[in-house]
Amino acid sequence: MRCRLCSAEPVHNSLCKRHFLKDFEKRVAWTISRYGLIVKDDRVLVASSGGKDSTTASYILSRHAKVDLISIDEGIKGYRDKTLADLKRYSKEHGLNLKIYSFKNEFGLTLDQIIKKTKWKPCSVCGTLRRYLLNRKAKGYTKIATGHNMDDEAQSILMNYLRNSLEISARLGPMTGIHRNVFVQRIKPLYFCTEKETTIYSYLMGFPVSYNECPYVADAYRAGVRDMLNGLEAEEPGTKKNIVDSFLNLLPRLKSEFGKGDISTCGCGEPSRNRACNTCLLIREMKSFL
Amino acid sequence: MRVYIEREEKGLSLEFRGTAGSLLKRLKINPETVIVVRDDALIPLETRLKSGDDLKILSVISGG
Repeated sequence: MRCRLCSAEPVHNSLCKRHFLKDFEKRVAWTISRYGLIVKDDRVLVASSGGKDSTTASYILSRHAKVDLISIDEGIKGYRDKTLADLKRYSKEHGLNLKIYSFKNEFGLTLDQIIKKTKWKPCSVCGTLRRYLLNRKAKGYTKIATGHNMDDEAQSILMNYLRNSLEISARLGPMTGIHRNVFVQRIKPLYFCTEKETTIYSYLMGFPVSYNECPYVADAYRAGVRDMLNGLEAEEPGTKKNIVDSFLNLLPRLKSEFGKGDISTCGCGEPSRNRACNTCLLIREMKSFL
Repeated sequence: MRVYIEREEKGLSLEFRGTAGSLLKRLKINPETVIVVRDDALIPLETRLKSGDDLKILSVISGG
């Protein structure tokens, strides 16, 4: 068994290590170029968890633009402390500037404490507070890059469909958000790379990342959709790509149907579709537990 | 051969003839969710396994 492009041993999809890495990087470069993810003079902040996806995204993006790293420490005992240690090591080794902000310092409670006191759904609370902090701390940057991969996107598309929430899907895609003073655009350079391919890239590159899972993920509806999609992909390879491709054909129509709503500004200065943003509503409720 | 399944934090010792892909099938592990490593080198699912192999099955699902 040989690589389809040379005589070396293959590692995945009939490609050897060198050709797999090259193919992966080429696909990311194509995504950046095809969707205009990075333009001249962009200042990119990579939302980094210390996991394989955001580490891979920051490594490849740093060849295309000036990047800094930002990480949010939600306060998940036994998980985030480990990934943050990996991230600090990676940023030091690659000379990348890293800033870390914590829920504890910013909101007064860790995610573990919030969940214990409120019984709220962890992924929903975490997502809302993380998005808020990322946008708030990204002032001065033109783009926030995330490590979302094709699996993440296919899951989101399917979840929104199953929940009859197409208006939320209108906010998906390789580049999202309206670049105004209040909102920093999000870009997803790994949009066409699967979770497995990203794991392989990270493993072959020897990034100091741990391949463990957030302990709260088992609570999420997403985990069920993920398992279902992985089952379908094993039976019918290309399923995830087909979901994403057909969604991209539909996206302009979704944007025209649902993307017209005005975004106002909450009293905290962050964008919101209502008078108060979701984070301010959460913080108000959290204060009763402090 | 010895097999370590990372997600279950479980080590196995077993007799098996076949490819890495057929081993995953026998262990009821979806190949989409893992990578297979032999002596610290990544191997494709089509690789024929040998009796003395030392394998690790690493989960690709992570993050948050």
